[in-house]
Amino acid sequence: MANMQATKTPMPEQDPNVRNKNFKEVTLGYTAEMAINEAKRCLQCKKPHCVEGCPVNIHIPEFIHEVAEGNFEKAYEIITDTNSLPALSGRVCPQETQCESKCVRGNKGEPVAIGRLERFVADWYRENVNAMPKKAESNGLKVAVVGSGPSGLTCASLLAKKGYQVSLFEALHTAGGVLVYGIPEFRLPKAIVANEVEKLKAQGVTVMTDMVIGKVLSIDELFDELGFKAVFVGSGAGLPMFMHIPGEALKGVCSANEYLTRINLMKAYKEEYDTPILHSKAAAIVGGGNVAMDAARCAKRMGAEKVYIVYRRGEAEMPARLEEQHHAKEEGIEFMTLTNPVEILGGEDGRVNGMKCIRMELGEPDASGRRRPIPVEGSEFVLDVDTVIMALGTSPNPLIRSTTPGLETNKKGGIIVDENEMSTRENVFAGGDAVTGAATVILAMGAGKKAAEAIDRKLQAK
Amino acid sequence: MYKIVCKKELNSAVTYMEIEAPFVARKAKAGQFIIFRVDDKSERVPLTIAGYDREKGTVAIIFQKVGLSTELLGSMNEGDYIQDFVGPLGKPTDVEGKKRVCVVGGGVGCAIAYPSAKAFKEAGVEVDVIIGFRNKDIVILEDEFKAACDHLYLMTDDGSYGEHGFVTVKLQQLLEAGTQYDEVLAIGPIPMMKFVSKTTEPFGVKTVVSLNPIMVDGTGMCGGCRVTVGGEVKFACVDGPDFDGHKVDYDELMSRNSVYRDREAEERKTHICRIQKMGEELIK
Repeated sequence: MANMQATKTPMPEQDPNVRNKNFKEVTLGYTAEMAINEAKRCLQCKKPHCVEGCPVNIHIPEFIHEVAEGNFEKAYEIITDTNSLPALSGRVCPQETQCESKCVRGNKGEPVAIGRLERFVADWYRENVNAMPKKAESNGLKVAVVGSGPSGLTCASLLAKKGYQVSLFEALHTAGGVLVYGIPEFRLPKAIVANEVEKLKAQGVTVMTDMVIGKVLSIDELFDELGFKAVFVGSGAGLPMFMHIPGEALKGVCSANEYLTRINLMKAYKEEYDTPILHSKAAAIVGGGNVAMDAARCAKRMGAEKVYIVYRRGEAEMPARLEEQHHAKEEGIEFMTLTNPVEILGGEDGRVNGMKCIRMELGEPDASGRRRPIPVEGSEFVLDVDTVIMALGTSPNPLIRSTTPGLETNKKGGIIVDENEMSTRENVFAGGDAVTGAATVILAMGAGKKAAEAIDRKLQAK
Repeated sequence: MYKIVCKKELNSAVTYMEIEAPFVARKAKAGQFIIFRVDDKSERVPLTIAGYDREKGTVAIIFQKVGLSTELLGSMNEGDYIQDFVGPLGKPTDVEGKKRVCVVGGGVGCAIAYPSAKAFKEAGVEVDVIIGFRNKDIVILEDEFKAACDHLYLMTDDGSYGEHGFVTVKLQQLLEAGTQYDEVLAIGPIPMMKFVSKTTEPFGVKTVVSLNPIMVDGTGMCGGCRVTVGGEVKFACVDGPDFDGHKVDYDELMSRNSVYRDREAEERKTHICRIQKMGEELIK
């Protein structure tokens, strides 16, 4: 008999007023008892809709059944049959719009906490077993994976499993892409990402950091000189967007990418690191996505007394996950919705000393289907801040498209791919933000998986 | 890890190093830059490439010890390894289609001007070089420049060596004398590049400057290196580092480059302790 408790088994987390001063993980994960209790809420549907909601189609009822029985290792095997990075997706997937949104338990009460269970299983395995995967027998075919973010890690892992000799190229000094430079430690501990990279190495993948493909080696050189038979491009999002309003060049204005990279990749929050960072008293983060939430929560942890999210639409239109919004508010971040910056103000020293904003109201729906924000005349006011962080999105990285003849991109700079993730260049595949523009970790993982399967089919067909 | 295979002090503040980085050496071109990181707790710092040897697989850098990271790099010796050395980044200097150019270098900026002068020369371009230093003691690369150009004009601010005056004085003379340049390339401190551009503007001579703003990744991700050129926002790491000197907003660049400076001065104290500690550990 299933556990008919209407709500999810709560997951313990750090107290908001404690955690907003440290970078340790916010949510602490289930204990085995909590996980078994939650797993028993699953009705084991004959036609599990949750699986359809998952971009990598994890066998959800099957793994949850094993959790309910206490067979955590078996549960891990079932998950990793389709998803190679469960510790990551269990933490950062928007389950509320994917698997959990389809759960029948959600019709009356809350859905089964699939994400929390996935995370529990992955963490349990890492802490109790953590067997390094074995190296598959080599098929002698070399494949290059460009970018070590979620799409690249997934693609590399699956290809290595099939026996390909995979080289993974990363431009920065640490592998992991956005999982390392973008998502903060308190949402995704870097030790978990590092463990995934170690697993890849155990599978025989050569991980090369400090390699900016498109500069140090072109895609053509990877084929012609280094003998790779296929290339997967998962180079991620690129140039951050700015608003083009007066004052954006003042000291104290930066992109969320820069701010987060200094903190996450380069550990500006740790005394022993040399990384310079803006030390703010009051910071405004412009934007309403997950990146804006991350930047705001980092600014708070770096000691800012006041942190504002400034977003031109309403709270209902915010693209950030509800959980992230909720966590941010708990930590003391103030939300200023229906507000848009018009000018950043600076003193004689060239540093930010305020941001002039205008109130907005919502008009008719626009092309995105969301109601268009319209400025309210005469409603300007000045927000007292010394830091402005722009979290407005990014456009795909230009380095590869500009150095690869024949690689076609769309208007926004995203690499054009077919249904097999293959680009307009033979045997060049692509996925993740390099194709879609800024999107989610799980979509990138899905693309990496699809590309790995397509590469295998293509190279085996010969 | 990347090995330091050669280290020379060019003057009391400026150091020359050759780093073993075969992949970078294979592709490096004049005008491009690298990013180095001394150890796993250091900053990522961009430096323009001062030379390369494709056969030996080495890349040369020349730097002035002006901040935490250059100080730390300067404390390393031949045979030591540094953590990271990424490149070549940015677009190379465009040497094609020119008959005669003038390369203007100021102070340690000469380190970057030198490979560009050499690249022009190798492309069959007639090259005039004007290099300027505060005084005789800090003159660098004089012989190298002589070999890489047709006319070398060496200037010192105090007249203690070469001719007396700023580089702009000599440039003005040459332009007034009717010398026709297809391009003037200026590399040095921001005020020097600004005034070189001001000098050439009335003559309508195309002027290119090499910018060195604050940068983190160097691949077009962080946006820290944004500069305003002709009213548009450009990213020095992917759009540059060379830009039209008549269009760059120098005052903005100068201000932005100082964003972390006050703080760094404070932290410098603790940092020197770190260098000391590293030294002590080495002795142990």
